[in-house]
Amino acid sequence: MTASADQLPRAPGPPTRRGGGSDPRRSSFWLLLSPPALVLGLFLIVPVLLMIAVSFRADISGQLLAPFTPTLKQFAQAFAGAGYWRVLGISALTAFGVAVIAVLTAYPVAYFLAFRAGKRASLYLILLLVPFWTSYLLRVMAWKLMLGEQGVVNEVLMGAGLIDEPLDALLYNRGAVVVTLVYVWIPFAALPILAGLGRIDVRLHEAAADLYGSPVQVFRRVTLPLSLPGVVAAFLMVFIPTVGEYVTPLLVGGTGGTMYGNLIQDFFTRAANWPLGSALSIIMLTVTLGLVIVGLRIVDPRRLLEPAS
Amino acid sequence: MNHAAAAPATPAGSAGPPRRLRLPFMRGYYWLLIGLLYLPIVLLFIFSINANTTLSFPLKGFTVAWYEKLFATPALLNAVVNSLIVAVSSSIAATAFGSMVAILLSRFNFRGRKALTGLAMLPLIIPYVVLAVALLILFRAFGVSLSLVTVAIAHVVVALPYTTLIVLARLIGFDNQLEEAAMDLGATYPATLRLIVLPIAAPAIVSAWITAFTVSFDEFALALFLAGKDPTFPVYLYGQLRFATTLPVLIAAAVLLMAGTMTLIVVANRVRSR
Repeated sequence: MTASADQLPRAPGPPTRRGGGSDPRRSSFWLLLSPPALVLGLFLIVPVLLMIAVSFRADISGQLLAPFTPTLKQFAQAFAGAGYWRVLGISALTAFGVAVIAVLTAYPVAYFLAFRAGKRASLYLILLLVPFWTSYLLRVMAWKLMLGEQGVVNEVLMGAGLIDEPLDALLYNRGAVVVTLVYVWIPFAALPILAGLGRIDVRLHEAAADLYGSPVQVFRRVTLPLSLPGVVAAFLMVFIPTVGEYVTPLLVGGTGGTMYGNLIQDFFTRAANWPLGSALSIIMLTVTLGLVIVGLRIVDPRRLLEPAS
Repeated sequence: MNHAAAAPATPAGSAGPPRRLRLPFMRGYYWLLIGLLYLPIVLLFIFSINANTTLSFPLKGFTVAWYEKLFATPALLNAVVNSLIVAVSSSIAATAFGSMVAILLSRFNFRGRKALTGLAMLPLIIPYVVLAVALLILFRAFGVSLSLVTVAIAHVVVALPYTTLIVLARLIGFDNQLEEAAMDLGATYPATLRLIVLPIAAPAIVSAWITAFTVSFDEFALALFLAGKDPTFPVYLYGQLRFATTLPVLIAAAVLLMAGTMTLIVVANRVRSR
């Protein structure tokens, strides 16, 4: 199959002399391919395959590599437990909500940086990214300070006379998880959107305006559609890590904020049920991959890599 | 105000050519968001120079005691050094592997390119907790004890898509005419890579390395599973979060590290733009 040539806008390099052995780059090809392929094979593919194998085990007594009779027990348990599905659904919804809010919040900022910030754009961009370079754990911790009983929000509300006693319902629930994650992801979400907007030919705006497009029309019919690959990329870049998130719920979620990642983490630590944990991991992996494939069907973020026209 | 308004009015009329959303609104929104993003960080910083032993109001007064205490806490310093070791080694490896993949994807036509692209991007799609437990199974199955090495391996895997994409974006933007010319003039391909491709990719390689470094240095979700007894800084931090009284010291450490990271990024930006 020679379909490879049409995947990148330009397929540079001399014509492939496949099998001929006359390409002087042939030996380099293998030298370039082997190390990364080996690393990814050994530390990505093999572990996932092993995890699949473990999920078909009844238990993990004895060696992990020892032969065993495959059983669907773990999946039966994972599918039967309504609680697992509920948590998976809630995790997906939480991630969806976080991703949508983060993208919507970041979009105007990316727009500002792309078209309106002028010469200072790169300075503004760095300013936006600094929070992202701050310790993740501490940023989550900071929200404990914000939302806690003696936290900033309570102090401000009490100071303003809006409440008499501190609200204790701000922390340790789903809302706290969503707020914290949105906060964590906003700078990150702005990057792909900015990349998408940066590829738009400004002359299109001018042309649209010349053709009597109102600002809203120009945005809706020119800017927004052209920026969609970046928006989808941003959505996925927030959504995917958030579905599997277990750290933030651990710190600010309390019992009400548990996510699917916490279940998996539990089965591999305290509960020590690796086979069931593996089955849950595979379910989560499948769901995530499915959603990503659907996302890529809608808009292909790979277009962000193509040279701007 | 509107920097484009100086241009002659378009037929559309009064509002000026770039009939886009209003500037003051956008600028205000930007600064509002920046304010919100920095508020928790500023809060942390205040508590790192404040005499309270717990993180609560009202503030008691200025102190640098936490910063002094930080340097007298060997476990903390050790964790920082561990994080540095892991971040430096994993970022160098991830950058090397990512550059290789990027060269392959941009300069070679071969069967299985789609597969390699998918494989190299796969870590972006796998939830961290799943990768963590899968690697845990791998290491347990082969009797590899958990250490900084196992953490670094995980970090190489998750940083690889970033380094690949960054270098790939740069290489795609450049024609391969120079390389063809070099090879027509008798250069071997390894020499062409060294003398032409690497210099072209150099700025992207620097960015890729910084990105991989920052990904690793602050990474917690994988490290918690894979770190064993010798913690990286985030794992150490997590272990200490329960003890309210050590928090100011931890925050002081994090503030210093943030300053360090930013210095690295600014310096690298300077180097790159030369």
